[in-house]
Amino acid sequence: MNRAWVTIFKRDILLALRRRSDVATTLFFFLIVASLFPLGIGPEPAVLSSIAPGVLWVAALLAGMLSLTRMFASDFSDGSLEQMLIAPQPLPMLVIAKVLAHWIVCGLPVVLLAPMIGLQYALPNDALLVLVLSLLLGTPALSLIGAIGAALTLGVRGSGLLIALLVLPLYIPVLIFGAGAVAASQHGMSPEAHLSLLAAFSLLSLVLAPFATAAALRISVE
Amino acid sequence: MNINWFKYSSPQTFYPLAGRMIPWFAWAASIFAVIGLYISFFIAPTDFQQGEAYRIIFVHVPAAWMSMFIYMVMAGWAALGLSLNARLPAMMAQALAPTGAIFTLLALVTGSFWGKPMWGAWWVWDARLTSELILLFLYLGFIALQSSIDDPRKADKAGALLALVGVVNVPIIYFSVKWWNTLHQGSTISMGAAPKMVTTMLLGMLLMALAFWMYTIAVALMRVRCIMLERERASDWVKEQALSVGGNT
Repeated sequence: MNRAWVTIFKRDILLALRRRSDVATTLFFFLIVASLFPLGIGPEPAVLSSIAPGVLWVAALLAGMLSLTRMFASDFSDGSLEQMLIAPQPLPMLVIAKVLAHWIVCGLPVVLLAPMIGLQYALPNDALLVLVLSLLLGTPALSLIGAIGAALTLGVRGSGLLIALLVLPLYIPVLIFGAGAVAASQHGMSPEAHLSLLAAFSLLSLVLAPFATAAALRISVE
Repeated sequence: MNINWFKYSSPQTFYPLAGRMIPWFAWAASIFAVIGLYISFFIAPTDFQQGEAYRIIFVHVPAAWMSMFIYMVMAGWAALGLSLNARLPAMMAQALAPTGAIFTLLALVTGSFWGKPMWGAWWVWDARLTSELILLFLYLGFIALQSSIDDPRKADKAGALLALVGVVNVPIIYFSVKWWNTLHQGSTISMGAAPKMVTTMLLGMLLMALAFWMYTIAVALMRVRCIMLERERASDWVKEQALSVGGNT
């Protein structure tokens, strides 16, 4: 069990490292979307720092969503996904390995890049810290829930747009608590409640989403 | 007594049953709607704060109730279809989705008609409005997923799974939106603080809700009959059906 898990995890990381441009696209998308808002709204620091939590979180949400279609697509096309489905190891555990690898490749870089963009939005230091913390706690939930959408739209016409329609409504709680945590610390309130709820949501999706993803994979591949 | 619970679980036997049931529910919907509309427009008193414009709630509130209720029923059918691996429940879920989406849209549109004179704005980011909007997105996602998968059995299962994921998320979304709104600003108007409703108002609303309910059943049955014919077009009973209809004309 452990060996299969580690193998899949390592393999997915290795595959991503061999195709670095995929990782870079997600990151550049995040960077570009976040840079468009000041151009559209104007350079006043007061305005920018008040919209920063929402804008950065929405940009992170969209960047994470872009990379979702790749989560199972290559495994589906080369047949290794079928091997995972018939493997003796429980499929939800293997799904967790794949989702974790996806998060490290696509989610973590966004988390690390976010404070830099936060500086451009004139966020104060403690708000930057909360931004990183909230993204760190919230983005795993995005990958876990996104995996359900990715599995459901496997091999479907126009899956890229469809996945947005399926997954974005489910992302709303993460967006609310993530951006809420940053906004709370900006207003001098404690972000603890928001962060706790965010962590709770991530844990809940860690428990439930792999089972839904596994069921969706079985439906899509049958 | 020995009842065969699964007698009507096959499209072949359910098709004529649905056909017999549709007129009953359609008539019930019309009768309830006529009485309900009469009460809401002529008997229910004018609200002393909101004037005549409040009467939109006789359509708005039942539509909002139905939009949430239909999603639950749809997810229930979807779960049944997924767990029993049966065709008919999945078809029912598919047949209910458009009606649910229409009621959600109706609730949003009538809500903005009510909001303009009461709040002075067509749209307010109130918790209830926002979660109703998200419900519309969930319906649209379900319909979009089902229509983009060509194999109907696969579309059924994928849609069912999405509906179940949605049902788990609906309360989380509802409460997160509620907290989001209260953290930002106080609610502009709360239903709890509204003056107590007169009995005739409540009666009108309940009758309209019943009318919408019966309408939903009638329309869902009509739609499920179409879906059955379309999916089972290669089977004998559909051919017999087509021949018998053809023979009558």
